[in-house]
Amino acid sequence: MKIVVCVKYVPDIQSDRRLVDGRTARDGGDGTLNELDENALEAALSVVEAAGEGSVVVVTVGPDDAVDAVRKGLQMGADEAVHVLDDAIAGSDALGTARVLAAAVRHVGGADLVVTGMAGLDGLTSLVPTALASLLDVPALPLAASLEVTGSTVRVTRNLDHASEVLEADLPALVSVTDQANEPRYPNFKGIMAAKKKPVTTLTLADLGLDATLVGDAGSRTEVLEAAPRPAREDRVLVNDTGDAGVKLAAYLVENQLV
Amino acid sequence: MSDTLVLLDHTASGALRTPVRELVTLARSLGGGVTGAWAVDGAEPSAQTLAELGALGVTQVYRVTADGADLHAAAVLAEGLAGLLEATGASTLLATSSFENKEVAAHLAVATGAGVVTDADALERVDGALVAGKTVFAGTWTTRCAVRAALAVVLLKANSVVAADADAPVEPQVTEHAFTASASATRVRVVERTERPATGRPDLGSAHIVVTGGRGTEGDFTPLEELADVLGAAVGATRVATDEGWIGHDAQIGQTGVTISPRLYIGAGVSGAVHHRGGMQASGTIVAINSDPDAPIFEIADYGVVGDLTTVVPQLTAELRRLKG
Repeated sequence: MKIVVCVKYVPDIQSDRRLVDGRTARDGGDGTLNELDENALEAALSVVEAAGEGSVVVVTVGPDDAVDAVRKGLQMGADEAVHVLDDAIAGSDALGTARVLAAAVRHVGGADLVVTGMAGLDGLTSLVPTALASLLDVPALPLAASLEVTGSTVRVTRNLDHASEVLEADLPALVSVTDQANEPRYPNFKGIMAAKKKPVTTLTLADLGLDATLVGDAGSRTEVLEAAPRPAREDRVLVNDTGDAGVKLAAYLVENQLV
Repeated sequence: MSDTLVLLDHTASGALRTPVRELVTLARSLGGGVTGAWAVDGAEPSAQTLAELGALGVTQVYRVTADGADLHAAAVLAEGLAGLLEATGASTLLATSSFENKEVAAHLAVATGAGVVTDADALERVDGALVAGKTVFAGTWTTRCAVRAALAVVLLKANSVVAADADAPVEPQVTEHAFTASASATRVRVVERTERPATGRPDLGSAHIVVTGGRGTEGDFTPLEELADVLGAAVGATRVATDEGWIGHDAQIGQTGVTISPRLYIGAGVSGAVHHRGGMQASGTIVAINSDPDAPIFEIADYGVVGDLTTVVPQLTAELRRLKG
């Protein structure tokens, strides 16, 4: 069983996130492994442990610092890491990113199972997992709150806005997991030491045989025209309850035609 | 100007989901005609639904049927829509910004070359190109984003537009669009699908008003439910409240739960952790009731009450009931 986990290096959600020229600023020095991708790594490691065999390759696409994201994956227990690093990738939209990831998965010889987090906590589009599956021509089972691999079949449960579902597909397949799927393990000392000896392969678009015009700004089908911090809320009210706060609040809601 | 195709999300009994009315209203403003795609996944559009669509100005409803395949599978529905877009020449697909529709949009992006914008809160045509508004980084930044592709797939957040009927009603024509799903699309098997029972309250994702409880409720949501019922609101919760089992996981608001943008958000006993803020900060007006004056939610609240929710909320409910007569 070979599992590829795709992870993303994102600005910490507690940090002051911003856009520069329509792109997420990734130079703040406060980047981190996308929290939801820890669930993806945990899911992959658990599947391998349950099967008693297999390997986990962790893959990321991003600038120099993004290697930290795959290092964390190695510390958690992944066996090898791939970092796709190429200036031409900057500015890629979800589809461009999915193209690079698809090429990277092919480059490492494919996978029985690809696992991702449900979303990157920066862009939050949730488009990449399904687009990646589609490009790899494997079935997509997104938003898994639980997953189970039995023989060559993967089964997931998922909770949607109006329904809950059980989906099944034969491997190879792609699963994205939610934060309900598991509790990610912390890297222990042994894991951190072992990670130092594990290989991180750095690849360029040329290594992947991917045309630069298909990614980055050139390959994007959407373009951010303007971006600005949202203005602060005006006319803010803060009251201490002295016994009539509920009455005052009701008056505020009615006066402002909110109810 | 080419038509806009609206994906008509509907209930298992064949009624339109509320945000569809907003989608059609917005579609009319883009120029060209407005047509609708109805996935026949068991439910048929009722006569009343067709009349509603006619009042909204939808001229054509395409009944999409997949030969032997399950239209609940995103890959199958995407193939049906790709074929329909090609057959009708529509250049824009509008749909509600749900996780299911994001899966459909991703399949369409690969299959058709469409440019996709998710979580849009506005859409207009500027010099022929579609430009969408959207907020990012947990509602702290606003952006405008153009689609640079012949086909645009735009997923609109609920409550972004005020729904309104067309000036003159039409009678929608119903046309069949049957297709055979590919072997590739039918590899995902929907083994079980359980529709969530209706609660009698609006859907959390599209409600105009949402009343939310957090750790400060200490597990008792009764005062919040009573307030929600006076307001016709949905009830939501923080991650802590759902993890504690005080309320179902489907009520969780946050970047990994339901993302909401109601006109009014009332949080009681909610501290405002960053994950929660990511799911509600785009709300129109934010009201917070919390006994902790240092709770971060007060930083983003339009109206904050430092007080005990078990006295403030029932008083608010009683007063609103009185004012409403």
